[in-house]
Amino acid sequence: MSLRLTGAVAAGKAVAYASRLLGLGGGTVLPGRVARWIFPPVLEHLAAGLEQVVVVSGTNGKTTTARLLARMLETGGVPAVHNRAGANLQAGLVASLVLASDVRGRPCRRAGVFEVDEATLPTVADALRPRVVVLTNLFRDQLDRYAELERVAEGWRRTLGRLPSAVVCYNADDPQVADVAQAAGRRVAFGIQDPSAGRSALEEAADVRYCYRCGVAYRYEVVFLSHAGHYGCPSCGWSRPVPEVRAERVTVRGTSGFEVELAWGGERLALRSRLPGLYNVYNVLAAAAAARCLGLSGDVVRQATESVAPAFGRGERLAWGGVTLQILLVKNPAGFNEVLRLVVPERPRALLLAIHDRTADGRDVSWLWDVEFEQLRGLDAHITVSGIRAEDMALRLKYAGWPEDKTTVEKDLVRALRRARESTPPGEVLFCLPTYTAMLELRRILARAGAVAPFWED
Amino acid sequence: MDLHLVHLYPDLLNLYGDRGNLVALRERAQRRGISVRVTQVRLIDRLPPDADLFLLGGGEDRQQVLVAQALHRWGEALRSAVARGAVVLAVCGGYQLLGHLYRAADGRELAGLGLLDVVTEHPGHGARRLVGNVVATCTLPEVGSLVGFENHGGRTRLGAQARPLARVRVGYGNNGEDGTEGAWAGTVFGTYLHGPILPKNPRFADFLLALALRRRHGPVALQPLDDRWEQAAHVAAAARAGVRLG
Repeated sequence: MSLRLTGAVAAGKAVAYASRLLGLGGGTVLPGRVARWIFPPVLEHLAAGLEQVVVVSGTNGKTTTARLLARMLETGGVPAVHNRAGANLQAGLVASLVLASDVRGRPCRRAGVFEVDEATLPTVADALRPRVVVLTNLFRDQLDRYAELERVAEGWRRTLGRLPSAVVCYNADDPQVADVAQAAGRRVAFGIQDPSAGRSALEEAADVRYCYRCGVAYRYEVVFLSHAGHYGCPSCGWSRPVPEVRAERVTVRGTSGFEVELAWGGERLALRSRLPGLYNVYNVLAAAAAARCLGLSGDVVRQATESVAPAFGRGERLAWGGVTLQILLVKNPAGFNEVLRLVVPERPRALLLAIHDRTADGRDVSWLWDVEFEQLRGLDAHITVSGIRAEDMALRLKYAGWPEDKTTVEKDLVRALRRARESTPPGEVLFCLPTYTAMLELRRILARAGAVAPFWED
Repeated sequence: MDLHLVHLYPDLLNLYGDRGNLVALRERAQRRGISVRVTQVRLIDRLPPDADLFLLGGGEDRQQVLVAQALHRWGEALRSAVARGAVVLAVCGGYQLLGHLYRAADGRELAGLGLLDVVTEHPGHGARRLVGNVVATCTLPEVGSLVGFENHGGRTRLGAQARPLARVRVGYGNNGEDGTEGAWAGTVFGTYLHGPILPKNPRFADFLLALALRRRHGPVALQPLDDRWEQAAHVAAAARAGVRLG
């Protein structure tokens, strides 16, 4: 036993305790920073005590996929250490392990499920030694931080090459992810097979349309989400791998959930989920594919999937001050477009768009111009625009043809929430679409009002 | 009155919402009763010979290589359009390709079109990217201040035939050293500013519109628009960078 490891764990625990006592927050990151400062290789040492580690990475869907998978393991009798509050950089991973370990640095659980930031994956993979790596998708996101998607993909490629014994569960419908996954020793592909769930044209913001092998434009038979779909290269012949875990029939029921029939290895699996939208079909597929690699049964997967409700900010509905709020996080063009596609058919009467530009949101708000707000045209709704970049958002709406007299600009989120509530007719839902830190702020506001629990208790 | 806008390679060079520039030009022309035709040019297409304004956005290195090849195929067409008075606005990666040369992070050299007397060099993946909010003063007096967001590895230096588009107040600009941002010569404009640049810099948008219309319609006085929201976004972006504009 290492004294420094013990010291690091004890100090981390003390920081978390003090942080909660002082009301400074949930301690999802700081304990990890302190522990690493005392003993830099703490992650490797703590993770070594876990028998099976799963990491989930990708632009969208990390948090929900990891939650689904953690629930599946729990249902199967193997509760996992899990960074469920979504702190997915190295310090956040360490913090979750510190809090779940005894002072000698032995985790109290046998398994670990970690969502990992896509640019962080290469720096933690060796320490975590995952048995299963889940790769969800690669969309353009926070270009001020990640620079270029190609470089994230290159980092993944090198990482997979260093993990020959890991099984990589990857999204076959995303051509860039499928290309990266070929660097892995062992692979399980997942994807949507049912073409009726998709559309025929690529949307404007799609990032990848040219073959990774020869540079010729892919031909798409069907598109499900941004550039995810059934593609093939007419020149070199490389095409979407047929997935082992695939959604044969998909029925999406708007914001209230979906049903899906999976081909799951040799088995058929009918699942029902309360998670909203087609993008969550991918999250369920990803978790189901990983569950199969971990030897969980179909019954466990079904039971766990049905039990998972949307997390805060990911479609959760809550009552506040006489109206129903539905909060849907928007982080990047692909995600925002999917959320609009989900919300518009509900004929919303009131929306709140909250756009911050802090580091975790992406400091460059140019991405708002890649979102198809033109979809909103014709709605009988009032839109309240808020956040540090409220003016940018309002301008984007104006140029999407949204009337100025149906827009209110209120930078302060507390006041904006009140205004948006006033604009919501009785019995209607107020749809709140915040960026990441605006979502956290919204949660604090609603927690103070007693409408939700603080995020670390989620 | 009519206007023909061409978006060059939107499928490859549209990394940072740069299609907003097209939306801004189109909307601002249409609000003034000008009829607008938009042509999206993809890799295999010829350039339309009668266009008034070409837009070129930014892309990743991989896509930039594909575009550089296409530009060489159609470069003569673009050069002769410019010789006939067509306007070009190129942002970031597109700006780099309008210069003489772009040396990529891995040392590979892409020959540019030479429409602007600039050279760009990427000092390598280890070097700091120039990222952040920008507030600059445009060298075109009718434009005034420019706001936007830059995110580039390449360092661009201006030759004698190119004039800086702006002087940086906050941010890095062309290279982080000489205080210049972007470049222009005649009717060709290059800039590192995303945001996208035109929606929240309406005076620059109108400057380009008037210049593009002049080619076939002679000098045009554009009627003023209600720009309160554009102005609010302009001022807010500057404030975010720590600059209070009057």
